[in-house]
Amino acid sequence: MTGKERSAPARQNESASPTYSGNRGLLIEEPLIFEVGDTATSGVDLPEAPEAASRLGKLARREPIGLPGLSEPEALRHYVRLSQKNYAIDLGLYPLGSCTMKHNPRANEKLARLPGFGDIHPLQPESTVQGALDLMAQLSAWLTELTGMAGVALSPKAGAHGELCGMTAIKAAHDDKGEQRSVVLVPESAHGTNPATAALLGYSVRTIAARDDGTVSVEAVKAALDADVAAIMLTNPNTCGLFERDIVEIAQAVHDAGAYFYCDGANFNAIVGKARPGDLGIDCMHINLHKTFSTPHGGGGPGSGPVVFSEVLIPYVPIPYLVRDGAMRRLVESEGAAEGRKPFGRLTAFHGQMGMFVRAMAYMLSHGADGMRQASEDAVLNANYIRASLRDVMSQPFGDQTCMHEVLFDDHFLEGTGVTTLDFAKALIDEGFHPMTVYFPLVAHGAMLVEPTESESKASLDQFIGVLRDLAKAAKGGDQDRFKRAPQLAPRQRLDETRAARQPVLRWSAVEPAEAAE
Amino acid sequence: MRYLPLSDADRQAMLARIGAASIDELFEGIPENVRMSGLPNLPLHAGEMDVERQLSKLAAKNLPASSLPFFVGCGAYKHHVPASVDHLIQRSEFLTSYTPYQPEIAQGTLQYLFEFQTQVALLTGMEVANASMYDGSTACGEAVLMAHRITRRSKAVLAGGLHPHYRAVVETLSRHSGHSVRALEPIPNGGSGEIIAGIDDETSCVVVQMPDYFGGLHDLTPIAAAAHERGALLIVAVTEVISLGALRSPGDMGADIVVAEGQSLGNGLNFGGPYVGLFATRAKYVRQMPGRICGETVDAAGRRGYVLTLSTREQHIRRERATSNICTNSGLCALAFTIHLSLLGEAGLRRLAELNHASAVGLADALSGIDGVELMTPEFFNEFTLRVPGNGAEIIERLAEKGVLGGVPVGRLEPDQPELHDLIIVAATEVTSEADIAAYRSALAEVLKHDR
Repeated sequence: MTGKERSAPARQNESASPTYSGNRGLLIEEPLIFEVGDTATSGVDLPEAPEAASRLGKLARREPIGLPGLSEPEALRHYVRLSQKNYAIDLGLYPLGSCTMKHNPRANEKLARLPGFGDIHPLQPESTVQGALDLMAQLSAWLTELTGMAGVALSPKAGAHGELCGMTAIKAAHDDKGEQRSVVLVPESAHGTNPATAALLGYSVRTIAARDDGTVSVEAVKAALDADVAAIMLTNPNTCGLFERDIVEIAQAVHDAGAYFYCDGANFNAIVGKARPGDLGIDCMHINLHKTFSTPHGGGGPGSGPVVFSEVLIPYVPIPYLVRDGAMRRLVESEGAAEGRKPFGRLTAFHGQMGMFVRAMAYMLSHGADGMRQASEDAVLNANYIRASLRDVMSQPFGDQTCMHEVLFDDHFLEGTGVTTLDFAKALIDEGFHPMTVYFPLVAHGAMLVEPTESESKASLDQFIGVLRDLAKAAKGGDQDRFKRAPQLAPRQRLDETRAARQPVLRWSAVEPAEAAE
Repeated sequence: MRYLPLSDADRQAMLARIGAASIDELFEGIPENVRMSGLPNLPLHAGEMDVERQLSKLAAKNLPASSLPFFVGCGAYKHHVPASVDHLIQRSEFLTSYTPYQPEIAQGTLQYLFEFQTQVALLTGMEVANASMYDGSTACGEAVLMAHRITRRSKAVLAGGLHPHYRAVVETLSRHSGHSVRALEPIPNGGSGEIIAGIDDETSCVVVQMPDYFGGLHDLTPIAAAAHERGALLIVAVTEVISLGALRSPGDMGADIVVAEGQSLGNGLNFGGPYVGLFATRAKYVRQMPGRICGETVDAAGRRGYVLTLSTREQHIRRERATSNICTNSGLCALAFTIHLSLLGEAGLRRLAELNHASAVGLADALSGIDGVELMTPEFFNEFTLRVPGNGAEIIERLAEKGVLGGVPVGRLEPDQPELHDLIIVAATEVTSEADIAAYRSALAEVLKHDR
């Protein structure tokens, strides 16, 4: 692709579209930038560089890159058309269990873009960023108050990064005591990141089964505990949407065995203002600012995963951390700099996701103590309303019990219909809803995990409930076609994931698709 | 509360359907002795105007880069981002969507990720790239772990020119996952001899930054050859991605894995985050790559479409046997990157790179002409290191008092290397004006004169 010659947009399969263009009304087919742009075009007008003797030596680039450019109107159209192929919270209910797709206030976007936050450099002198450090201190204070914990590490970039932060602190604490422990307990309902994080640190994972009601019993934990166990990683409320009712006894047992209690805080949004992890005996917990505190998910990131710590783990908190130095705030950026501190190291360059800190702080200030508690209550109310409205037509793996912020269904109610959880989810797409989380957690057969969040009105929930009741009826009534062919009305029908994995095409190529080899 | 749609009447009706007498009944699963009775000890809710006032007050205490002559770099750079980038990434369908796990209604995200992966592969001179990492430093840590997996060895050699924060991230991961690291001494304008001498038969990888964190340039081909001869991989870290528009690509010089900080394209400084990590490698290593990957396929009607693929590497499928624990990527920052790069195109990127280089050359000439100031990196792209007569951190602080943010003192990054504390790292980009350069020159001359 050189010069001005532009290839035609990819031809559409004619049988899939009733139109010449392949477009369907407002749904416009869009080729790749490599098929519409060319290397000579630019949508950015830059001055010519002044004459200067190059200091690049022999390393100046000789080979072409092959990057297409688009004029500004072409670029706008390209990305607006792409955007219209996405579902979004701003379009409708997005009931992904465990993901917390709540409203993202635009005031937060505006504030994060203030030059005083968005246009400051992480390494400019601390005397010129005192307001940023104030905001980080304020966020820390709110997070520790809400969780009842002693301190916080702000730098982790996402939930799994927070897990790594917390578990590394635990490992450092054991190392400091001269203890070699090699096992981490993880319930089978846990997020995949939990065992993956433990394994990254060289731990082996011992799985704990759930009891009949979907929670972990203190007896099961005690049976799995021994002198080789470093920690337990427990999600609370758990991924079945249930509060771990033995949690205080579990914490006691874990501590008695000389181990630490890591809590996966992905579901903290259910209990903000209702219970404090610090009162439950938790030693550290990550908080997904992109879940509980509404920073936008952005199609898969960026996230932010601050970790709160109990007193015993504070010495091991990674650098950088904030301190007060007279009237100034400072960041401690090197390991050996403070008395009584033994930081386990550094998790990332710079100081964390400042842009997310501003948004989360704006969210917290807006809600306040009362609003955050109300948000937790509404989230739990909405989930239970869905449960109560569907309990006669869908099945729940652990019986019909009060849930927290999300309700777990299984595929028992689909037995004999020929319709699978996946089919059921895809049929929701044709009805204009994003599917719930499917096939997670693994403890339920054909799991469907529904988290409405507090952002939904009753009318919105009623429509969703109406759709699910109709789908359940259709499945039981033998209308397989509605499910097997779904979705029919989305920008694409079901995609061939097997082909994608077996013959990977991971980039555009001018000649032939780059085939990935083992 | 403006973000909560339920009315009290709704709540009562919903409780009635549930069969609960009160909301408290729904929270009875929390043991009573740990259930909070009162509110957290925090202020009550506030209106948008009030919140804006509170946070604007904090923002006003900071000195933004665009408000004064600004020369700070070292892993994050001040560039001009076209207005359409920020407009487009704030479209609801991009901003408020989740990871594209339901591809039929996420083709927008998936297609831009496919385009992003292609752009990253082209820029770095590699065959494949993933759908982004948290940032450059964590991508670097993951690259080292990947090299250990591929070579089944566990010793990494880090060049002295690797950004100290990146070095610390790799050391932290290695220290706690049972791997070893040999970090070479940081020396501005250090050669490749010491790096090559550091490679042995247990070495899984060599990590070299280009341009290095002092701003210096290196031909990586001898290092690549030496690494490959010993069965080790070459990992190249790039913290200024604009440099790839002007310099030979890492792939062209023999890199096996390239990681980069992509902030310079599309993303603001944001006090260090969120940014976007780039991760590219050779096709034969793709199944050892961490993070999400998007691939092309067809739908049931035969139309081209995209999905997340090769997910058997990932934690949600493979759990403790995954290649990484990573889940989140940096989707929206990757979108900003790919939009900015699509607007620039090859012609625009090359011109942007030329402008950056020309600014830095002008600045280096102006500053190294000051008595007692020495340019330590004869070859550089848009950043270089100066030796100044005195403590670099103090000089940078004095410059700030004069309204110039003059760069990064090496002492801040290397507190344990006192012999480097008279070095400052200075960056210039396309936003640097001649007036900025003149202001820096006179401020520095004044500060140094005063010191004598």
